[in-house]
Amino acid sequence: MKASREFTIYLALLVLVALLPVFGAYPVFVMKVMCFALFACAFNLLIGYTGLLSFGHAAFLGGAAYATGHVLKVWGWSTELGLLVGILSGAVLGLIMGALAIRRSGIYFSMITLALAQMLYFLFLQTPFTGGEDGLQSVPRGTLLGFINLADDLTLYYVVLAIFIVSFLLIYRTVHSPFGQVLKAIRENEARATSLGYDVARFKLLAFVLSAALAGLAGATKTLVLGFATLTDAHWSTSGLVILMVLVGGMGTMLGPILGAFIIVALENKVGDIGAFLGRTTGIEWFNGLGEAVTVVTGLIFVICVMAFRRGIVGELQEWWVRRRIQPAA
Amino acid sequence: MELFGIPLPALLSQLLLGLVNGSFYAMLSLGLAVIFGLLNVINFAHGALYMMGAMFAWMGMTYFGVSYWVMLVAAPLLVGVFGVIIERLLLRHLYKLDHLYGLLLTFGLTLLLEGFFRSIYGVSGLQFNVPEQLTGARNLGFMILPNYRAWVVVASLIVCFSTWYVIERTKLGALLRAGTENAKLTEAFGVNVPLMVTLTYGFGVALAAFAGVLAAPILQVQPLMGSNLIIVVFAVVVIGGMGSIMGSILTGLGLGVIEGFTRVFYPEASATVVFVIMAVVLLIRPAGLFGKEK
Repeated sequence: MKASREFTIYLALLVLVALLPVFGAYPVFVMKVMCFALFACAFNLLIGYTGLLSFGHAAFLGGAAYATGHVLKVWGWSTELGLLVGILSGAVLGLIMGALAIRRSGIYFSMITLALAQMLYFLFLQTPFTGGEDGLQSVPRGTLLGFINLADDLTLYYVVLAIFIVSFLLIYRTVHSPFGQVLKAIRENEARATSLGYDVARFKLLAFVLSAALAGLAGATKTLVLGFATLTDAHWSTSGLVILMVLVGGMGTMLGPILGAFIIVALENKVGDIGAFLGRTTGIEWFNGLGEAVTVVTGLIFVICVMAFRRGIVGELQEWWVRRRIQPAA
Repeated sequence: MELFGIPLPALLSQLLLGLVNGSFYAMLSLGLAVIFGLLNVINFAHGALYMMGAMFAWMGMTYFGVSYWVMLVAAPLLVGVFGVIIERLLLRHLYKLDHLYGLLLTFGLTLLLEGFFRSIYGVSGLQFNVPEQLTGARNLGFMILPNYRAWVVVASLIVCFSTWYVIERTKLGALLRAGTENAKLTEAFGVNVPLMVTLTYGFGVALAAFAGVLAAPILQVQPLMGSNLIIVVFAVVVIGGMGSIMGSILTGLGLGVIEGFTRVFYPEASATVVFVIMAVVLLIRPAGLFGKEK
């Protein structure tokens, strides 16, 4: 794709998202999608561009959500400091987990990240500051820089959009920098990257910390939007969900994770309604319980994607576009 | 009598509980190791298939009035057949790709299976009684030994060591090890490797289902019973390294016992101790206790 066309697509999308509340979209829902889109983009930096499958990213989302919630609610810090704390806690957790996990590669890496995230989950369950099963409730949004009142949904909407754009640009810049090229080299052939003289472990760790910090920002923003942080954020199922978002949208594409996040968040919201509709039209009682067992649907999508659809939606579209260019329609 | 300030019977009963958990870790990590050796797939669905074993046993006993002993054999066989179908229909097509896809597929299957059983049975535990031949407990003088727990430890030790014997000491096991070492070459010698792969997967998941049936009367039978367990088993596998069969068995049992001790001396850490050990092992010996450095 030519750079100018790429730019046009991004700009059109940006205008669309900026105008969504005008068209009557529910701001909190779109903000939630943006938080998960940022989370998925951060995750994609690892799986799509470095070839590392982390199964523990929920730890960064959940850890940062708790940290930000705590400093905003209990210590009464300002919003911008709260977000900063979220980013930092994601980065520190990422540094610790990453340093341990990159000692093994491939499938072991995934298992280690999963196990360490589970350990953190148990710690969150036990320590008093997270509120245990109840979570951290009614976190104030506060004011940004002392004069932007975030209690208004629409104001917060554009702040979240700005956070997302800045993070997206950072990821874009990272992927297209010499650093990003080395990451891709590691993904394609780790042994060769080593033989070219790159300190592969350091590059991996840096990518891991960057991804964790951005996931932390996503978690912090999510706390701000929804006003609470719960154990679900840190649970392994959330790590699975972000994998699914990136898989559905397209690993290693810039826009794929955003689309994937939108599809999965919308699906989670609507699956109960869809089940009830199917139950009414087909008369099969079982469909009515679908809302309680969303994982049937997400699991099925996982299986279909892995078996038949590994490039994801955006990946398939790009492929189709390239093929059309090579062989013009007769 | 006391040891470290803890009454001895209490210490021993926690130790037994640890040994019981350790037997489940051992059987599950053994299955994971055998599957990984030949298929290069980390079977995330292991926990879900363990749950299915327990569920099938419960269904057979509740709906058809079959005895525990029949289901102890039938449930693993059914799950084994289910595993064979999964391997033939789905996993088979992923061997040429990155190993990550096998993990992702089996993760999806886990969500699918757990969600399916959840949509029918909810998340509250199902009633599962200890078979009457094994109810009660025996007084050994220094501790009370519940019969069923003793049976779990003995049965899983027998299964684990028979598996070890078959793989390390028989002709069949030699073929299996050859396939693990070099599948192409083994096939060139006339061994039907694809069939061996299918059956290995079936056997591995049957082992998980067997553990599930054993666990059913002691741990709660419910659709999510496998998902937390499988993550601990992953940590066990990282600690032990998947290179050795005996290593998997010993690591599983040992970590169960350590967990049991932790529950006595510092209960708050009992849920996390295995993960802490994993972190320490990664720092000292990244390849795992029984793993080989590549």
